[in-house]
This record gives sequence, C-alpha cells and structure tokens, in this order.
Amino acid sequence: MRLRLPAWIYAALICAPAQAGSWRLSEQCPPSFEKRDSRCFLHSNYQQYASLTGAGVGGLKTGLPPLRDGFTPQQIDLGRYLFFDPVLSANGRLACVSCHVPSQGFSDHRVHSIGIDGRAVRRNAPSLWNAGFLKRFFWDGRAHSLEEQAQGPLYNAAEMGNRPEALLKTLNGIPAYRELFAQAFPAAGSAARAPIAAAQVYQALAAFEASLISLNSRYDFYAQGVADALTPHELEGLNIFRSFVARCAECHTPPLFTNQQIAVIGMPEPRGQPFDPGAGPPSGEPLLRGGFKVPSLRNAALTAPYGHGGQFATLRETVAFYTGGRGHAVPAGEHLQLHWHIWEPRLSPTELDRLVDFIGALTDQSFLPTPPAALPSGLPLPPESKRDGESS
Amino acid sequence: MKKSVLTGIVLIALAAWAGYWYGNRHGPRPPAVAARSTADTLAIARQGAGIAADSLPSGAGSGKVITVTAGHSIQDAVLKAQPGDTVQIMPGRYSETVYIDKDGIALVGVIRGGDWPTLDGEGKRNDAVLYSGNGIRVENLKIVNYKGNAIMGQAGNNFVIRHNWIANAGVYGIFPEFAQNGLIEYNTLTGIEDAAIYVGMSDNIEVAHNEVHGNVAGIEAENSRHVIIEHNLAYDNAGGILTFITPGLPIKTAFDVVIRGNFVVANNHKNFGAPGSIVSGVPSGTGIIVMAADDVIIENNLIRDNKNAGIIVSDHKSFANITPDPESDPNPDRVQVLRNLFADNGTDPIKEIKALMLAALTREGPDLVAVGGGSGSCVADRDAIKWLGIGSWSSCSRTDTHDISTYLLDKPAPPRVLSAEDRGKLVYSSVCAGCHAYNVRMIGPPTQILQVLYAGNPQGIADYIAHPVKKRDDFPPMPPQAHLSSDLRLAVAKYMLSLK
Ligand code: HEC
Ligand code: HEC
Ligand code: HEC
Repeated sequence: MRLRLPAWIYAALICAPAQAGSWRLSEQCPPSFEKRDSRCFLHSNYQQYASLTGAGVGGLKTGLPPLRDGFTPQQIDLGRYLFFDPVLSANGRLACVSCHVPSQGFSDHRVHSIGIDGRAVRRNAPSLWNAGFLKRFFWDGRAHSLEEQAQGPLYNAAEMGNRPEALLKTLNGIPAYRELFAQAFPAAGSAARAPIAAAQVYQALAAFEASLISLNSRYDFYAQGVADALTPHELEGLNIFRSFVARCAECHTPPLFTNQQIAVIGMPEPRGQPFDPGAGPPSGEPLLRGGFKVPSLRNAALTAPYGHGGQFATLRETVAFYTGGRGHAVPAGEHLQLHWHIWEPRLSPTELDRLVDFIGALTDQSFLPTPPAALPSGLPLPPESKRDGESS
Repeated sequence: MKKSVLTGIVLIALAAWAGYWYGNRHGPRPPAVAARSTADTLAIARQGAGIAADSLPSGAGSGKVITVTAGHSIQDAVLKAQPGDTVQIMPGRYSETVYIDKDGIALVGVIRGGDWPTLDGEGKRNDAVLYSGNGIRVENLKIVNYKGNAIMGQAGNNFVIRHNWIANAGVYGIFPEFAQNGLIEYNTLTGIEDAAIYVGMSDNIEVAHNEVHGNVAGIEAENSRHVIIEHNLAYDNAGGILTFITPGLPIKTAFDVVIRGNFVVANNHKNFGAPGSIVSGVPSGTGIIVMAADDVIIENNLIRDNKNAGIIVSDHKSFANITPDPESDPNPDRVQVLRNLFADNGTDPIKEIKALMLAALTREGPDLVAVGGGSGSCVADRDAIKWLGIGSWSSCSRTDTHDISTYLLDKPAPPRVLSAEDRGKLVYSSVCAGCHAYNVRMIGPPTQILQVLYAGNPQGIADYIAHPVKKRDDFPPMPPQAHLSSDLRLAVAKYMLSLK
C-alpha cells in the first residue's frame, strides 16, 4: 500500500515555486577534484601509488581502485539537489538525505532505517563516503553500479515508494528541474528541451555520490609519512588491526578499508529479527548464505549502530564480536560456511579498546557537501540536511 | 693459607682469561653488519649464483648503523632510523613488536658464538616484525613464540628476508602480502600452524634455500604471479609446497609459478591447522598441491615418502572448505609436471584418492593425481610414475626451465616518496581545498585573497594554520591544522601562494 499524494497537495507543499532560469548549477568541481576538459577528476595522493593487478588493496602506500569520476560539475551539482530533495519519494516526505545523513557519516543512527510509511526497512543504512570506488552495492552486493543501486530505494515500497513514471512526471512538472537537467545534460536538452529521462536522474545521483571523498583522515597522513599523525594508542591499534591475530586488514584492507569481497562472518541479527541470508539468494550460491559485503570502516566512528542489521550499538561491541568465538552468533540450525579468517584471536579488552581508537583515526568529513540553500521542488529541506559544524 | 693464595692467583688468571674470552665473543666490536645491502642482495639473487658479491656496487654503508643491545628497544631504533640506515641487533632477548612504516631500513641481527638476537613473543605478542616500507631487509633474527606472524609485510616491495631462525611463531612464519619483488632465502622455520613461508597476493617473488618442517604447510604461494620456489627442503609438514588460487580474495589470479629443485620429503605431519582455515583442508601426507593456479611448472624436485600423494592438482570443487567465487577461475590450467624424482609416495592415501584408485583398478597410491576440471596440462615421462586422473594430459614439450632464470625485477618496483612540492600539493588539494577555492567563497575565504594577504610570507600561513584565530565575522572559525608537521605546513603554505 503505497502512499501517493495527489498533484494539488504537491502544489500546496511547494511554497515558493522556483522560477526556471534563476537556477544555475555549479561550474566548480567539488574539493579533491580537478577540472579537466570541463569534467571533474579525482586528485588524491594515493593515485601516485600502484596496486597489484590494479585491485586497489594493500598497505599504507597503495593505489585506490578505479573511481567513477569524469562527471561534469553540473551533473554532480544536480545530483546534490536530487539527493537532498524529498520530491523523489512518493509522498514528498523522504529524501536520500533522510537516511544518509551527512553529519552522521551519510548513515543514520537507526538500527534499521525508516521508510515513507514510517515502518523500518530490512537493514541498516551504510555510509556513502567513497561509494564511487565500490563495484558492488547493498550489504548483499546485489547491485553493480550506483545507477542500478539508486533504483532500489526510489522504487522500493518500504523506502521512497515511488514509481518510474510517477517520478518522471513529477520532475518534468517542475520548471526548475527542467532547467537544471538541461544544464547538466546539454546535448539531450538542446532547443526543444527533451523531457527529463530516468537514466539522467540515476546518473546525476551517481555523479554526486561518487564525489563524496573521504581520504584525509589522520590515518591517511600517517600512511603518507607524517609519522606523528597518530596517537600512541591509535598506532597500537593499527598494529593490532593489521596483525595476523586480529586479521582485520585482511578484509578491511587499506586504502579503502574494504577488500570489496562478500564474506560469511556470522554477525547476528538484532534480537527477535529473522536470520538474514544476505548474499546467498542474490548470488545463487548456497555457500554464500549469510554472506555480506565487507563494509569500509572509514568514518565508522560516526555511523553507529553497526552491522547489516544494526545489531551492535557501539564500535566496541562490534569489534568484540570477532573475539567471541568462531560462529558463536550463528543461530541454531543454520550451517554457514564461515570465512577462514574468522577464528579465535583471543583479543584482550585493551586490544579491543585500541582497535576502536584506531578506527576513530579513520574519520574525515572535511569535504562534506554544502546542502542546497533551497530545493528546486520548493519543498522544505529535510531536517537531516544540516551540515555539522557549520554556523549559519 | 698458601693454598688459598694459589687458589686466588688461579682464580685471577681464570677471570682474566674469561674476560678476554668473553670480550672477544661479546665485547664491543666494530659493527658486524652484513656487508651486502638489500638492493645488492636482490641483484645477486637475480643474476644467479656465481656472481662475485664485490663486483657489485655495495649499498652497505650508505646509511648509519644504529646498534641495539638487549634491554633496549628495537622499535626506538627503527623510529630513529632514516632510509638507508641499518638497525643492528646484538645477541640477547627482545620482547616486542617491531613495525617499520618507512623505506630502506635493514634489521640485521649479529650472531656471536651461536648466540642469536632473539625476538620472543612470550606467547602473548601478535607479530614480531610488521613492515609496509619498500626496500626492507630482515636478517639474522631468531623469532619465537608469537601468535600471529614472525615477519609480515603489507605492500612492502623490493624486500629481502634471509637467514632467520623461526620457531612456533604463529599462523605464518614469513608472510609478504601485496608485495612486488622480494627474496626469501636461507631461513629455517618450524611449528607454524598455517604456512611457514606464505607468499600472499604478491608478484615477482623468489623463495630459495629455506628449510621448513613441522608446519601445517611448508611453503605456499597464494593468488600470486611470477614466483619461483627452488632448492628448499620441505619435510615433516602436513603439506610440503602449495600453490593456490584461494577464492574470495581481492586479487584473483595465480600463474607463472615455478617449483623446482626442492626436496619434498615425508610430509606426513598431522594437520594441526585452525578449524575452518583453508590449510586445514590439506590432507596430511601430500608433497605438492596445485589448486586452481595456472601455468605452474614442477621440475627436478625430489618427492619422496609423502604417504597421501606426491603431487595433487585440484580444482576448487574438489577441495575442502572452499566457498566458490564467480570472479576467480576454479580450474588449474596448463600445469606442467616435468622430470622429478618420485619414490614411495601414496602409501596411505585419503579415502577420496582410494576411490580413484579403485576406479582405476590400481592398488598403487599416486605420485601425481589430478582431480576436477582444468585443461592444457602436461606431464613428462608418465610411464615412469604412478599417476591418477591425468589421462587427458599431454606429454610436455618443454624439457626444463633453464630459460627462466629469475622472476625478480631488473629494475626494482618504483619508490613511493613525495617531493616537498608534492607534499604541499597533497595537503592543499586534500585538506585546504575542501574550504578554500581559488576565486570563489567556499567555507573559507578565496585563496586569491589570501595570496595578497600573505604575499612573500609562507611562514605566516604556516603559523596561522597551526593555531588559527578568529578573524572574520562572516566566516566560521578555521579548524587548526597543528597535526601537520611544521615542514608540511610550510610546504602547503608555499603551494598555496604559488597557485594560479
Ligand atoms: C529509507 C531510508 C533510505 C533512503 C530514503 C535511501 N536509502 Fe540508501 N540505503 C538505505 C539502506 C537501509 C541501505 C542498505 C540496504 C541493503 O543493503 O539492502 C541503503 C544502501 C544504499 C547504498 C549502497 C551503499 C553500499 O555501500 O552498498 C547507496 C549507494 C545508497 N543507499 C544510496 C541512496 C540514494 C542515492 C538514495 C536516494 C535515491 C537513497 N539511498 C535513499 C536506506 C535508505
Ligand atoms: C573475514 C573478513 C573480515 C574480517 C577478518 C574482519 N571483518 Fe569486519 N566485517 C566484515 C563483514 C563481512 C562485515 C559486515 C557483516 C555484517 O553486517 O553482517 C564487517 C563489519 C564490520 C564492522 C561494522 C561496520 C559497519 O559500518 O557497520 C566493523 C566495525 C568491523 N567489521 C570491524 C572489524 C575489525 C576491528 C576486525 C578485526 C578484529 C574485523 N572487522 C575483521 C568482514 C570482516
Ligand atoms: C574546514 C574548513 C577549512 C579548512 C579545511 C582550511 N581552512 Fe583556512 N580558513 C577557513 C576559514 C573559515 C577561514 C576564515 C577564518 C576567519 O577569518 O576567522 C580560514 C582562513 C584561512 C587563512 C586566512 C588567515 C588570515 O590571516 O586571514 C589562511 C591563510 C588559511 N585559512 C589557510 C589554510 C590552509 C593552508 C589550509 C590547509 C592546510 C586551510 N586553510 C584549511 C576554513 C578552512
């Protein structure tokens, strides 16, 4: 049962129908990006390092996996408007930003996110920092591009509850968006100004998401040779993290702190929730039952609660999971083929504290995007949009 | 009385002699650093035996020697060392984890009269040596009783790990991961609960002249390319020498692995691998296993007394504990088994192999058995050996591997250092540009305006950003950048002023 508002309610909600023509997209690339031939390309120190077979995994000085860059500044900026705009949802109340909250590491502080009908969705909202480097999306890895991924929340009845035709009808009915899409996709727009196409919506969202770069934590300075960038506790934590006792770095591999593989590790559900088979069903591979994509740990200090089901309230509890015994949280009757790196590391309480310290050194939100001052739809900005640390 | 005087004299003489003797053995001496630098060691290994060491330019002496004696910390010395320096470790006991996150450091033990510098993890420390720098050398160390690894490198290229004595040092003994160009030679390892020498997700590695025994696996090259494993002695492990594509790892291939001239003898140790680990699926009694790796050449090994099988060539499906990965090819292709000496293998094979024997109507356990998929493999002189499952293999056209003298790089993997200007640009584009754009207002004032304000005064910027004070009412405060070193702050200031 989807809630869809009649057009007149939209008209009422849209307080100041924005004048087409008064909207201009940025010509500037976001921070970390260099503009070449009117497109934005990442500039990061990590790019001068190689990585074996180009996989973007390794140690302190290892190159990144390929990034989805090369979008124009206008496409990125259009994606920013769309990301913050609840007009994308069926009832005009929920935006991407409602669940991917910038000040909370682009996650939310809920166990499971809340969809348009006020009910919880199935899983915890992952961070979107550095999403442009990933090659699989969702906890179970079922989508293979940001464009494919975006259609999940947009059209999932439990999330934004929209339908492709309805979404396009809404957007095409807003002159400001017609104007902005024409700026972002000039070839398609030409004189006749073709209507907004669904693929353009997905592409603009992808362009914006791929501009969310977080590679300037204190850890990164340490990795680049700034020897005193980490505190002694964090350094201890790094050594535990990469040691072969804890083995965290085998899956949460630098520089992104994910090796992007699906691993069956046996993290539990929140109390009372049914077992989540994860990558089993979408991959068609029975041995991947209970498998989840290894999440990046960058900015994890900001994204509590943790795990696909949001079952752990703190990082300390999450990290302690790994020393609770191989398979200790697997429900009775489930036979999972647990990953070989899940074993009995017997980490001490102090070691767990140090691991949490180290994960804290991966925090970097210096390039938070600026929320739009107003939305092309005229709808009010969702309350989650506010950028932390900004005085306004 | 007289007697005691005499005793006194004798004692004094004895003490003097002992002092002399002890001083000779343990006293201060000129640094005893091994004369060969990391780069030279790699160059010699590349060119093969017979090259006179002194015909190469010696890199030894290019840096300082920092000597550490027992009771002091090796880590402190490493933190002081600069690229090119050698940390010389005198005999005695050391209990620490040493990490090396810089380039060109040699950790070299001094062995005196059979006394080794010993890193002792006391059963409670994780790893003895962790490194991420390029050009690291670890030599002459005895490493015992760690829980993780003896020596582990992550993305450290151009390394040399030689002449170490490693016992009961955890899950892996010597473990370079994500590495390019490295040499592991003349080490002895025992009591390791996974692979004693484990080359993981690496390229251009040579493993030579090592002794591995009493481990679950002796030597393993996993998801690695261009690896030579030669002239090693692997005995009394559960499995002697392994080369795998393990699925589920981020680097998906293994190919061009040469296993030659090794003694692979009586690897019949009980498998004591951790439950669920991949090696716990290695059947005890196996000399060599190729799982899913491609273009592996096995030549001139002496493979004897391995009770399960001399060589197993397997795909993923036929191996225990393997979760398939659609991104990695499950089949071993183009494996070449050239001439090897096989004797007394397969005397007590596992039931899966017994079943194959039954089907083949033979009672002889195999020297060579292939199970599962794969194509393009070949064997030399199949009539000389006991085999199973290689009916479709051809006869090898290659007779030897003389054409493959080395897989080490002729030019080392490139350095990863930043120039001062690069460092300035790094910090500017990665940190400052988040708030300062060139000519438009972002969170902070435009760089163009700051250039006017601080013309010719980079130090002024360097000082300001360490402890910014509030200047403008219509801007938020600027966050302090004191975590950047003063050099780095000056570099970024200069870069900011030079920007056009
Ligand atoms: C109702 C809350 C909610 C809304 C609204 C929402 N998301 Fe999500 N998002 C989630 C949850 C929960 C997941 C994880 C779902 C899963 O794995 O099955 C997710 C996953 C993602 C991922 C995958 C990240 C990864 O690492 O795999 C991306 C990208 C993403 N969302 C982008 C968006 C975009 C773009 C929008 C707007 C079009 C959006 N989300 C709207 C809750 C939400
Ligand atoms: C075998 C691979 C593997 C290893 C080893 C591993 N992890 Fe994980 N990690 C995962 C996977 C997969 C998930 C997601 C599991 C889930 O949600 O069910 C995860 C989730 C996490 C999370 C939650 C992140 C979030 O955003 O919700 C944290 C924190 C974490 N791991 C830290 C660690 C630490 C610390 C270690 C070392 C002690 C470690 N991991 C070792 C695979 C691994
Ligand atoms: C998080 C945003 C932010 C970052 C990152 C940042 N700045 Fe600033 N910067 C500001 C703001 C805001 C001001 C204005 C402060 C004021 O006037 O009180 C400012 C002011 C300045 C000034 C002017 C001081 C003066 O005397 O007027 C300089 C110079 C400067 N920043 C240099 C840098 C450099 C170099 C970096 C990178 C290492 C940097 N900033 C990083 C926000 C930032």
